Amino acid sequence: MENRDRLIQKMKTAVGPDGLVLEREQLRTYECDGLTSYRVIPSLVILPESAEEVRNAVRVCHEEGVPFVARGSGTGLSGGALPVEQGVLIVLARMRRILEVDIPNQRVVVEPGVINLWVTQEVAPEGYYYAPDPSSQLVCSIGGNVAENSGGAHCLKYGFTTNHVTALEVVLPDGEMVHLGGKAPDSPGYDLVGAFVGSEGTLGIATKITLRIVRKPEVVRTLLAAFPSTDEAGGAVSGIIGAGIVPAAIEMMDPLSIEAAEAAVHAGYPMDAGAILIAELDGPEAEVEHQFEEVEKICHENHSTEIRIAKDDDERILMWKGRKAAFAAMGRISPDYYVQDGVIPRTALPEVLREIARLAEDGGLRVANVFHAGDGNLHPLVLYDAEIEGEAERAEEVAGEILQICLDHGGSITGEHGVGFDKKKYMDKMFTAEDLDTMQRLRCAFDPSNLCNPGKVFPTPRLCGEVPGPYRMHPVERAGLAERL
Amino acid sequence: MSASKVGEGDNQIVQGATPKQTGYPAAGLGDPAAGLGDPLGVIPPGSPGMALQDLKGIVGEERARRGCSEDAVDGVEPDLVVEPQSIEEASEVLMLAHRAGMAVIPRGAGTKLHWGNPPSRVDLTVGTSGLNQVLEHAAGDLVVRVQAGTPIEQLQTELAEAGQRLALDPPEPGATVGGIIAANASGPLRHRFGTARDQLIGITCMLPNGKVAKSGGKVVKNVAGYDLGKLFTGSLGTLGLLVEAIFRLHPVPAARRTVVIRGIGDPATLGDAVQRFLHSSLVPAALEFSWEAEGMLVAMFEGIAPGVEAQAKTAVDLLGPYGDVQVFDEQEQRRWWEEWAGRHSGRPLPETPLPEGGEGETVVLKVGVVPTELPHVLRRVVSLRDRSPGVVPRLTGHAGCGITFVELTGDEQRLVEAIGEIRHFARGRGGSAVVRRAPHQIKQAVEVWGPVGDALPLMRRVKEQFDPDGIMSPGRFVGGI
Repeated sequence: MENRDRLIQKMKTAVGPDGLVLEREQLRTYECDGLTSYRVIPSLVILPESAEEVRNAVRVCHEEGVPFVARGSGTGLSGGALPVEQGVLIVLARMRRILEVDIPNQRVVVEPGVINLWVTQEVAPEGYYYAPDPSSQLVCSIGGNVAENSGGAHCLKYGFTTNHVTALEVVLPDGEMVHLGGKAPDSPGYDLVGAFVGSEGTLGIATKITLRIVRKPEVVRTLLAAFPSTDEAGGAVSGIIGAGIVPAAIEMMDPLSIEAAEAAVHAGYPMDAGAILIAELDGPEAEVEHQFEEVEKICHENHSTEIRIAKDDDERILMWKGRKAAFAAMGRISPDYYVQDGVIPRTALPEVLREIARLAEDGGLRVANVFHAGDGNLHPLVLYDAEIEGEAERAEEVAGEILQICLDHGGSITGEHGVGFDKKKYMDKMFTAEDLDTMQRLRCAFDPSNLCNPGKVFPTPRLCGEVPGPYRMHPVERAGLAERL
Repeated sequence: MSASKVGEGDNQIVQGATPKQTGYPAAGLGDPAAGLGDPLGVIPPGSPGMALQDLKGIVGEERARRGCSEDAVDGVEPDLVVEPQSIEEASEVLMLAHRAGMAVIPRGAGTKLHWGNPPSRVDLTVGTSGLNQVLEHAAGDLVVRVQAGTPIEQLQTELAEAGQRLALDPPEPGATVGGIIAANASGPLRHRFGTARDQLIGITCMLPNGKVAKSGGKVVKNVAGYDLGKLFTGSLGTLGLLVEAIFRLHPVPAARRTVVIRGIGDPATLGDAVQRFLHSSLVPAALEFSWEAEGMLVAMFEGIAPGVEAQAKTAVDLLGPYGDVQVFDEQEQRRWWEEWAGRHSGRPLPETPLPEGGEGETVVLKVGVVPTELPHVLRRVVSLRDRSPGVVPRLTGHAGCGITFVELTGDEQRLVEAIGEIRHFARGRGGSAVVRRAPHQIKQAVEVWGPVGDALPLMRRVKEQFDPDGIMSPGRFVGGI
């Protein structure tokens, strides 16, 4: 308690008395992120309003040896912003300024709490947009996107957050501030921007982010095609890619997810379809028109039962609305659901779907499937009822086995939600001990004291070398997250 | 392709990498399994003769030899050169070098050994020419797994059979995949597709102690673990040896069209034309410029025939006001891009004809600024001719990205001054100027990379974590890393 009081005093100096949340009931607001199955109440929450205040706060944590976790909007789905007990949660939600818009050089500089969609809204009048579009883009923050290397439906053609960040201002875990990359291309030195993006908040806190914005395409054409089953829909996806077409997006939904989306947002999806595809092409008109006809043809060849073409932006938005609402919509057809995120080589799709169906049947559970079909990113949603004893555990088991299927097919345990707290136990199924140890060398360079979002990503933390002086139990050890070997 | 487990191959590799007992004297000084724990300087470098025998024991008589002048890295000759033929052999080689405290430089085809600072020392060059297999081309998934020593031309030829390509076109002939990643080499296609970091989805690397680790994987979308591929891209062999890379691929375009605008009278007009292009709905694959007496802008469109025709036509209309516009026919197009590649091939200096009026030494700088600064860089460099007698500049670059290659010919002392001036100018405008090529004596007078900013201490810590003994390509990188 004495330690906490000292910490509070120091933090009041660091960020001002208005920047602290101390009361237990208020702290409870921050006990979890978008993954609600893990909850930890932090010792205190601080709400800095500037990079300077972030630096002050991190310095205090470093001096006091207190672990800290950064949080943006708290929409993450892997527990990446799960607080550490007796640690500090640094919430960036008050840092919401768009600092610079440089249209001639196609850059926007923002603070970490800026909402993803705001960037597009800011530059849309100039004919630009920010390409990474996670489904949560209405509420998720750019700082969180940087931590998670967020993707979205359109990353098949345009890439992920990592392809759209050119510079970062970062407060390192010891409170030093560094500037990585630049607005200009090819800054000399290691590509630490590339190393930082997607590091899930374990290497420091980004306080200023320079984004690349993209010119709006001349035309966008979207179609929705219904198929008798996911096999035919998968065949169409292969056909499109095989024809040398790189769509802006291709999304697939199975009957359960169609049903849920329809119940939630009434997008007018065909309810009798065994699968639907939403395919979008964008670019110069002549190219898009030609390729769009080809996509239609390929859908027909793969026995599509219905093809709808969006006539205008409103129709296009409606087609997407159902897809983007699919996760939340599961609440309409099931009391509880577990969102999984795995990746497979796209060509393995039909086989993997059959295996998932078999798993679901064996487990006595329903699994709805939503995919970014172009890049093999699956989002199986395992439906269950927490009121029924044992069902939650069974759902988690099924979700875990789905990841094993992904790995068996040469895929990944996460395509966009991150490892966070939730999936660190699967990391050693995908990587060898040597792989993980090597990755953590990077962490030791940034955070030798292991204070920055400890207990995430890696199943076993690498302790980065002994600190001279008398033995003090590391806070991470105290929290039972690591052992000194 | 058959679906194999991600971790499978590498598990075998790690097992296979158990060190052989070579009897090399230094081996007795520490437990090789202790790896990076070897403190600096405890193990003295062994005699090259002993080491050569041991290297031959690992890779065979033919693939280990003493270094010669042709192996020199920016003037520094290695004692020994070895060309392992498998990851297991490479791992044993690095373990041996590590135990002996030898300074190691990885080498692909050696086309970019003159990049960076001269190394502070080289005991052993590890060539990757024996690691040249395309391991797995999953055409349906647009992914390829390839060994680091594979020449990119060989890779592209194989991929083309399936109508695919790696969208990377660095001009250095013969360059290997590993060398391209390590040096972060790129070409005109970066305008649309980005650089190696944007195509790379997985790597297998070897730490200086011979241990093998991978990051990423065989799927394009993947956020599990840290992205070491990006860290290794452009690290110039200072963190470890790249042994395998996995890339995402793109379809080979069915058609391409090149539009050229000549006779651009002043840098500001060139800058305006670039801006006009960037903010139009055109989607060029490449946007290059050159400047000698006057400016030229070249846009290349890729895609399907009706698409590229339409874009070329729009480009002609759009750019007419800026100069003399022409759409190349097939033959002109091929010739122009071949000439471009030849000019940027990085061949040794004597083979490149000097510019008119130029005599003395030649240096090449890579200047990176935001696109709106391009005309200012041009004006500044062109005016050197008046302000610094005898200095003759030639400029080319990736106009849309803000990259300018400045070639300067002239008297040594004046070149040193000119480099300093250009660097100061670029830094003042938020950019950088890196010496890409220069004679040894000029590199002694000018730091190759220029200032890195406040992240340098962090970069040193990264280096210390991966290479605590400082034996990988010592001295070649920023800040003497």
